[in-house]
Amino acid sequence: MSRATTYSAEEAALREPWEDIARQRQAVEMGMWAFLASEILFFTGIFAGYTIYRSTYPEAFWVAGGHTSLFYGGTNTAILLVSSAAMGIVPSAARWPSLGSFARTMLWVAALLGIAFLVLKGFEYAEDFDEHLFPGPDFEIHERGAQLFFAFYWCVTAIHAIHLIIGIGLVARLAIAGTRDPRWFSQTPAVQATALYWGLVDVIWTIVFVILYLPGRGS
Amino acid sequence: MTDAVLGDTLPHDVTTFDKGYLGDGHTLRSWLFTTDHKRIAILYAVTITIFFFIGGIAIALVRIELVTPAQDFVTADEYNRLFTLHGIVMVWFFLVPSIPTTFGNFLLPMMIGARDLAFPKLNLFSWYLTIIGGALTIYMLLAGGVDTGWTFYTPYSSIYSNSHVIAAAMAVFVAGFGTIATGVNFITTIHTMRAPGMTWFRLPLFVWAMYTVSVVIVLATPVLAMTLLLMTLERFFGVPIFNPNEGGDPLLFQHLFWFYSHPAVYIMILPAMGVVSEVIPCFARRRLFGYDFMVYALIAISVIGFFVWGHHMFVSGQSAYANLVFSFLSFIVAVPSAIKVFNWTATLYRGQITYESPMLYSFGFVGLFTIGGLTGLFLASIPIDIHATDTYFVIAHFHYVMVGGTVSAFFAALHFWWPKITGRMYPEAWARFAAILMFFGFNFTFFPQFIMGWAGMPRRYGSYPPEFQIYHVLSSAGAAVLAIAYLMPLAYLTWSLRWGRRAPDNPWRATGLEWQTSSPPPTHNFEKLPIVENEPYDYHPRGYVDQEHEAAGTAESPQKGGEQR
Repeated sequence: MSRATTYSAEEAALREPWEDIARQRQAVEMGMWAFLASEILFFTGIFAGYTIYRSTYPEAFWVAGGHTSLFYGGTNTAILLVSSAAMGIVPSAARWPSLGSFARTMLWVAALLGIAFLVLKGFEYAEDFDEHLFPGPDFEIHERGAQLFFAFYWCVTAIHAIHLIIGIGLVARLAIAGTRDPRWFSQTPAVQATALYWGLVDVIWTIVFVILYLPGRGS
Repeated sequence: MTDAVLGDTLPHDVTTFDKGYLGDGHTLRSWLFTTDHKRIAILYAVTITIFFFIGGIAIALVRIELVTPAQDFVTADEYNRLFTLHGIVMVWFFLVPSIPTTFGNFLLPMMIGARDLAFPKLNLFSWYLTIIGGALTIYMLLAGGVDTGWTFYTPYSSIYSNSHVIAAAMAVFVAGFGTIATGVNFITTIHTMRAPGMTWFRLPLFVWAMYTVSVVIVLATPVLAMTLLLMTLERFFGVPIFNPNEGGDPLLFQHLFWFYSHPAVYIMILPAMGVVSEVIPCFARRRLFGYDFMVYALIAISVIGFFVWGHHMFVSGQSAYANLVFSFLSFIVAVPSAIKVFNWTATLYRGQITYESPMLYSFGFVGLFTIGGLTGLFLASIPIDIHATDTYFVIAHFHYVMVGGTVSAFFAALHFWWPKITGRMYPEAWARFAAILMFFGFNFTFFPQFIMGWAGMPRRYGSYPPEFQIYHVLSSAGAAVLAIAYLMPLAYLTWSLRWGRRAPDNPWRATGLEWQTSSPPPTHNFEKLPIVENEPYDYHPRGYVDQEHEAAGTAESPQKGGEQR
């Protein structure tokens, strides 16, 4: 790649008020980490509530945990982990102009896996409704505290799904804009920022999987 | 100082709106789609001013009701909705955004020698989030209001209340993300955009205040967002989270709520401390006393502030051991606040003090904040708190901190930086009068509340036993004075936009990079990006020394001067 094109690629990715792409990249990454810290505290609120109720009603949570679908939960965990692996390659690959289209393919892979996650989640929700696992008068499990478990189940998975939908939107936007302007794509800090966000959505899910799908399994 | 301003005889017909960033466009579009941090600051200023008056009208009606012991002006239900509206609007649509989104937005990049915030579009986006949140609040108000109190305690809010809880909670939720975006923006800006030579310990304390407050915003606000979201989901879908009928714990809501809402007190007061730390050295012509410790105190307050939330719940039935720890930590957090008050006072020592209106407001801040802080120690003590819980003593205490403290500092900042922001001087005599009136009006309003609270007058009641009437009448009369004092700046500052004298670049002879550029500043703040070579607050290091002695350089001055550095 000639020097002239390097310069213009950087220029394509440079935004106000920055004068230097390296500094801009540093700032975007830092801002994203600050936002992720905020997101972690956001989920900490709900995880703290879960932890307290689980220590109050250990048996009900154990019984209720057994009613979640390990098949859907496990498959979805695998799907998100694979999507994160695909996403993990993107920030490094995007910087190499020859690997730009490969990086964009990986973005689409991650986005499609995200959609697959949501489709499976939809089937799982339908099944849960059929089994009367939505808290209310017809609730399936009669143990005191089990409704709390499923209140968390619905709230956490729904809030996570909203984060995933936002993530899919960001990834698709990045892939489309990257195809339109590959030079911008090779330099823009948006790649790293999007990958970080995707990573958070995945990490949150692994915690959700452990606390919602694993209680009540084994002896 | 004012004489120099009086001598400025530039013709009044030349409008400042054609200069600097204000001349960038006069269309609505040029404002609504701007990414200039200075213009966004103005958008925020207009927004929070409107909300300040909405919250003010609500409490004016409350004060009218309280003139007589009987519930006769509004119904009990309307009364609940009025004080709730006052609380929600004042906390989330005035106090929390007040100083950071206006003066922080305007000044932070200029104070560190940057052209803008790190993410200008995100900055505009946070204003739109605030506007969406504000629109939801207005909807909630027009639809009939909320009666839960600003604290939204469950299970009343999530199950029983027959008012527009969801709209109110979502308003706060959306506006909260606007504040988080501002916090992220500030943190990144301070880390990555300081001018050459602007080291961390050369940052003006206002910048340090913005930094610490941003960290608190970023880490505390999401917890409130999740708490209100869970409450909303419980109310809307009936999923039990805090509902005791299904084994849920309403206290969990209170813990999560105060995990945000106590740090929120520091979100409101830290920026005020930053403002006062700029104003006092300037009008005392004196280097700020103990700069390093002022920084450490800000950091200590923001860290310890996260671990004192349980003092709002001493009578909630939480563990007695938890009460002990929260009480102890609440005493500890007073230490850095006291350090700050002592250092502001010590800065005055041997200063050449002048009493311009920003200085008057700052003095008001120091005195009222001290009373607010010390009565906070009463309430940190468990036995006294049990006596005073949910009385007007608590109301008076936090109004001394938030109104006497933060709002005074807001007005100090407004007057101090008005020439920089608008390019016009305000009428000083009127401003001094308003500052003094505000101080007295404030004390007339809230000091009687300490007394009646201590005597047992509970908060949130529209009717009360007749023996409290004298205090309520005093308080309502004071509120009328306070209302006039708040309306005055609105009038004379607006007047000054057109008829005020043209402001020089540095009317107060202040240090700080924002004063080195023109008034109003150009779009990119500086013609040439500055290089910082001086320590902050480079006023007179030793304080007042006789002109003759200084000129002669006599050996007498060290004894007289009480050298600090």
